[in-house]
Amino acid sequence: MRLISSISCLILIVSILSFNACKDTPFQQGKILYGNFCANCHMDDGSGLEGLIPPLAQADYYKENVLESACLIRYGMDGPVEVNGRTYNQPMPGTDKLTEFEIANILNYINEAWYDDLPYVKLEDVRAMLKSCKPED
Amino acid sequence: MKKSSIYWLHSGLAWCCLVILMLSCGSNNRDLPILNRQIEKDGELVYRSIPDFSFINQDSQLVSQETFRNKAYVVDFFFTSCPTICPKLAQEMLRIHDHFETEPGLALLSHTIDPRRDSVAKLAHYASNLGVTSSRWHFVTGKKSDLFEIADDYFNIVIENPDVPGGLDHSGRLVLVDEDRHIRAFCNGTDPEEVDQFIVKIEQLLSSKKKVD
Repeated sequence: MRLISSISCLILIVSILSFNACKDTPFQQGKILYGNFCANCHMDDGSGLEGLIPPLAQADYYKENVLESACLIRYGMDGPVEVNGRTYNQPMPGTDKLTEFEIANILNYINEAWYDDLPYVKLEDVRAMLKSCKPED
Repeated sequence: MKKSSIYWLHSGLAWCCLVILMLSCGSNNRDLPILNRQIEKDGELVYRSIPDFSFINQDSQLVSQETFRNKAYVVDFFFTSCPTICPKLAQEMLRIHDHFETEPGLALLSHTIDPRRDSVAKLAHYASNLGVTSSRWHFVTGKKSDLFEIADDYFNIVIENPDVPGGLDHSGRLVLVDEDRHIRAFCNGTDPEEVDQFIVKIEQLLSSKKKVD
């Protein structure tokens, strides 16, 4: 009897803990991928680096170009870009290591972490966008 | 005397000794050790020191050991198009720069390891975009072999590797050099907590120098 009650108690604690963990970061894979592929330059808190690397948190450019950002992640970007009134001109390398699904997860993590009003990014929209911006060889 | 009071006396004494020992260790720690290897010179063991060097900074000025005469300085290695650890390193160097803004006894020295692409103009552009206007932080370029070799003297590893993003692989160590060109501390420059400890060590070095002066 005592064994059963202690096991149920343990299960309860574990479920509460994991529920909280889920609640904190609904886009767990996006968060990990952001840490591995983006945070070196854009920083863990999305603040960027002075006049060298633009922020992703509370950034007008990102907010207006959420889906287009999928293209930047895959194909990179070159040339000046204005973010929150400041011009940045540091080339961003793209990566072909991320699938469409993973890119969608990163975008959803960014949207959830630093914006209150950005809608959920759907996989099919990312797929269509990446198709449309694929550079011609 | 009762047995219990003897016990309390003994344990009290033991605790006192421990506290005194800890305090004395603490005060010794204020003098940072010299981390360089010892070598034999004229029959005596001496610490290796940073060899003479000559590079060009973001303002086209010559930077050599003379630039850091009577100064401690913090060193790192980077390149402007580096997509891996460099922005984090730069952010931590910037934090050190701002922390010691009014400290004339400390300078910063960032070496590019990509002199082919990182011209003086590019370094100037990078420094100004980072918001660095002071003349105490030098971003230098020079001969590739000189830059790669001196990295070794500063406990950093730099190698060309076409398989990594940017083509250059390097360690992100920040290194503290004293005015006698000896290395006194280093840390992983991408870990803010390690850099916090490193800043404390810089303060220790600067304050021990002030005491001597």
